[in-house]
Amino acid sequence: MTKFMFIVGANSDIAKETVKYFAKDGFNFIFGVRDTKQLDDFVMDIQIKFRINCKVIEFDITKYETHETIWESIKNEVTDVMVAAGYLPQQKLAEKEWSICFNTINVNFTGAISILNLVANTFEERKKGCIIGISSVAGDRGRKDNYIYGSAKAGFTAYLSGLRNRLYKSNVHVITVKPGPVYTKMTSNLQLSNLFTVNPDKVAKDIYKAYKNKQDILYTPGYWYLIMGIFKLIPEFIYKKMSVK
Amino acid sequence: MSRYSWGLYPEIQAKILNPFDKSKLKDYLLSYQSLIPYGNGRSYGDSALSDNIITSKYFKYFLEFDENNGILKCQSGVLLSDILNFIVPRGWFLEITPGTKLITIGGAIASDVHGKNHHKNGCFSNSIINFNLMLPSGDIVNVKPNDELFKATCGGMGLTGFIIDATIKLKRINSQFIKQRIVISKNLKEAFDAFEKYSNAPYSVAWIDCLADKNNLGRSILFVGDFENDSNLNYNDFSKKINVPFYFPPWTLNKYSVKSFNYIYYFINNMISDISKVHFDKFFYPLDAINNWNRIYGKNGFTQYQFILPKNNSYDGLMEILYEIYKSGLGSFLSVLKLYGKQNQNYLSFPIEGYSLALDFKIEGQLFDLLDKLDQIVVKYSGRVYLTKDVRMKKEIFYSSYDKIDNFLEIKKMIDPKNKLQSLQSRRIGL
Repeated sequence: MTKFMFIVGANSDIAKETVKYFAKDGFNFIFGVRDTKQLDDFVMDIQIKFRINCKVIEFDITKYETHETIWESIKNEVTDVMVAAGYLPQQKLAEKEWSICFNTINVNFTGAISILNLVANTFEERKKGCIIGISSVAGDRGRKDNYIYGSAKAGFTAYLSGLRNRLYKSNVHVITVKPGPVYTKMTSNLQLSNLFTVNPDKVAKDIYKAYKNKQDILYTPGYWYLIMGIFKLIPEFIYKKMSVK
Repeated sequence: MSRYSWGLYPEIQAKILNPFDKSKLKDYLLSYQSLIPYGNGRSYGDSALSDNIITSKYFKYFLEFDENNGILKCQSGVLLSDILNFIVPRGWFLEITPGTKLITIGGAIASDVHGKNHHKNGCFSNSIINFNLMLPSGDIVNVKPNDELFKATCGGMGLTGFIIDATIKLKRINSQFIKQRIVISKNLKEAFDAFEKYSNAPYSVAWIDCLADKNNLGRSILFVGDFENDSNLNYNDFSKKINVPFYFPPWTLNKYSVKSFNYIYYFINNMISDISKVHFDKFFYPLDAINNWNRIYGKNGFTQYQFILPKNNSYDGLMEILYEIYKSGLGSFLSVLKLYGKQNQNYLSFPIEGYSLALDFKIEGQLFDLLDKLDQIVVKYSGRVYLTKDVRMKKEIFYSSYDKIDNFLEIKKMIDPKNKLQSLQSRRIGL
């Protein structure tokens, strides 16, 4: 059967790298992006290299009212879905300006849920499919420097967990991807530690492996499982003092 | 952020700009002063280092491929290795390739690189059909061979603009293997004769022992080859790579260890049969199999001194230089000799017809004095030094060895009146 993956937020660096691994495996794609022109070069590239079928459609994750119509028009072809849209604001600005804060919640949480509700219903009925959601380690525990982004991702993580629970008996697999810091457009304004930051290719490779192995929760790179495990154990009364500088 | 190139010297603090599309690139070109494009950081010295470094990291896509005629259009940040992975199984190869495949297309153009087939096929610019260049003004120009901008940009060290994409011609192959012949020469005279004798072979290069004593000065091993014709194109670059995980201590490479290495290398190759079948990766890119091989020179880094002398002066000049190196006792671990073909029309391209020698030296106290001395000899014999490898040449030497600097500067002034694009090298040598 022809595999067709619908990618929400296909202009994300992680999504683009991930596509390569799935394309090698014979997947075809529908890319949902806000501005379809942005993907021209990328689409040429994968069509030349993998000779697969791909379409680019306009899709804005924060325009919830459009989601149903779009999903209805593509759902018959789509076998798998990945939500890679993400928005990381400057924390300080998001604290002061509601519009920025609101957008962070909408892109990372509300919008993702709006489209995935539709996908889940279709897949549940069909009794097959895979949903990949790219969340973040930032969602595992709120931190002074990025808790607005982090809390939206935490919501998304909880949503994916519940969805997995619900769809298990319908043979639909849900993967929660929690990357640590990655060198991407989204993080290009941040000072990242070389030691703990990876290239999107590493995350992409891990996502593909998780898909193949039917993994539920993927920390990438794997050491974040350990780091966040320890982090979550720190009692709040100590934790709150840790970020005082 | 701290940055260096392949030679690990110098290490500088620079702002790194990663434009993710053309409009961001234009923003950067318009809003920064003192910028230089940066590909994969494989030039040796300071030619891709500046206050602001603008990378081609996001320009990594293939845009068109004509499989029947072997024509590929791709963005400037694509590595030659990415191209090979794609084209070799389809029966195509790069017309021109240098000794590493870990460079970008943009870098290949900016350095107008050459390889083991220079004597027959010339520089990388010979394989270019056209390219798109963003000028310092932000305008994009399509540049074709014979354009003034072509002659200034190929070999122009990134000083004329940011290459966005390029269309290149490929070469048909029917095997991923090379039929290689090894020819041993006891001294430089014999090596020259061997190069002449095999000048019809498509690929040739010689390794030369720079520390052999006076009687064996210039003893060398010539490798010549051509593609096999066995229809084996099933190429997958999964070769196991060795990694150099840390910097070797500075004393690892000294006069004695290098001398022994050269001695052993010479004798091992002496024992191998003269004709063999080798993979193209091994033939063209032996060092790419070792990740971070530059670290064997230690934390202080190294430089490659590559010069070329006109053919009729080559023998005398090389003997004089080899003797000077022998006297200094500064060992060159790897030294490569090659006969080049005719000079092209590009203003700053390195090759001229004659013999070129490339020597790796670790950076140490007396090295730059020795290289200054060698520069004098190179100029005396009307030769020149390769900018892509250079990290220390003086302005006077550059000006008295390259003959088309004025043509270059005329174009540069026209398209970059504010001299936005500059590198540590361009400032040092007066470009």
